[in-house]
Amino acid sequence: MSDDVISVRDLRKIYPTRFGENLVLDGISFDLAMGERLGILGRNGAGKSTLVRLISGAEKATSGSIHCGMSVSWPLAFGGAFQHQLTGIDNVRFISRIYDQDIDRNLEFVENFAELGPYLREPVSTYSSGMRARLAFAISMIIEFDCFLIDEISAVGDARFHDRCNYELFEKRADRAMIIVSHDAAYIRDNCNRWGVLHDGRLVQYGDFELAYADFKELIGWKPPPGWHELQISTA
Amino acid sequence: MASTPAVSASFSDSLRIQRRVIGALLRREMLTRFGRHNIGFLWLFVEPMIFTIGVTILWTATKSVHGSDLPIVAFALTGYSSVLLWRNMPGRCIGALQANLALMYHRNIKVFDIYAARLLLEFGGATISFSVLAVLFIAIEWMEPPADILQVFGGWLLIAWFGCALAMGLGALSYLSDLVDKLWHPFSYLLFPLSGAAFLVAALPLFAQEIVLWIPIVHGVEFVREGFFGPRARAVYDLGYLIPFNLVLTVISLIAVRYVSRRVVPE
Repeated sequence: MSDDVISVRDLRKIYPTRFGENLVLDGISFDLAMGERLGILGRNGAGKSTLVRLISGAEKATSGSIHCGMSVSWPLAFGGAFQHQLTGIDNVRFISRIYDQDIDRNLEFVENFAELGPYLREPVSTYSSGMRARLAFAISMIIEFDCFLIDEISAVGDARFHDRCNYELFEKRADRAMIIVSHDAAYIRDNCNRWGVLHDGRLVQYGDFELAYADFKELIGWKPPPGWHELQISTA
Repeated sequence: MASTPAVSASFSDSLRIQRRVIGALLRREMLTRFGRHNIGFLWLFVEPMIFTIGVTILWTATKSVHGSDLPIVAFALTGYSSVLLWRNMPGRCIGALQANLALMYHRNIKVFDIYAARLLLEFGGATISFSVLAVLFIAIEWMEPPADILQVFGGWLLIAWFGCALAMGLGALSYLSDLVDKLWHPFSYLLFPLSGAAFLVAALPLFAQEIVLWIPIVHGVEFVREGFFGPRARAVYDLGYLIPFNLVLTVISLIAVRYVSRRVVPE
């Protein structure tokens, strides 16, 4: 197995529930190299976030293996493990210490990127969800990883924030590997170069977005509304 | 913005990372618990000090019957400080993982580190409280200096060791079952009068001595008392019981922590 690759083999994850065992992932296998951006579509509860958590190392698989030949981020867009009673600055300091980074330089970056102004010195519990997202993303960008895990990042923030995030991720870090899970198909189409659909615990991979999307639409039971085809033709 | 290497680290590297992580957790814990308001992190040892002073006053006022000619102030200080040391540790570790689940997303932070940071903080608080009060009471001549300070220190460490091992085990089990949290409160409350804090073993009838000497913490408290008062304490203890007990408890607790680490589900 070569380095600089993430190799996932026969990954299975079972959660015990009160109604018996719930098989969430049933034998997932794929490889991901630097520069590859794998976009995963799936319905709610299909196991997208579970897969991301397993790869991030936060949770152990029931069986199977994950070989990480590169450094892997925590799932972006998630709160970055904020302590809500603490200020934004305290949280930046904490993450910097955990990853052994220069605190002052990181603070400067977060101040410029998150645009929180004086709120950076207030407890995170006083932030709006948009402000939290800005802080979370800025903190995610101060630690450099080879592979970024991105879980529904498009769900938060305004257009300006999205543009800045996209620039940081897909332009400045275009050489990195990424795994992006979302149910926002357009986001995945625009930013990935490999695709997969997660359904019934299995991952089907595609080299072409339209094929992946066609299968995904069928899975979620999307039917063209009456008059859809006429509409398509008339606008064309 | 250095890149984070993915290669597995050597033992010394791992040790360095762990020290850094526990240090960062410690600061975070202090800020979250005590904040920057009024006296801030001084509460770490001011709170146990208030407890100990309160108990000292109470026991002095009621002329607590402890079955010896030892001064009550010194008796209360050694006894109650020991209780605070071992009893607060499980209290801080039960539910600690649930409160910090989000941290599990950071690869370098392990379940063990979360407990270690809290235990260090608890140990620091109880130790500072005990030392400051001891120095204070000695300075105002309520108490004489300890007969053998090394023995006091050694006994203190043995009690802390017991507390840490118990805390990690109960902390890990509390992730698996809510019962641990529910049962710990009555259990710790009942264990307090039996822990040797409020009596001398030698003052008990023989059959009672045999029973309380099954409780490992009693040996630790007696050992500390002998360090403080010398032969006057008429201490009864067996380190040959306490140390193996601690060792076995530590192994069991570490196994429990490992078991939980493999099953933890971040939010």
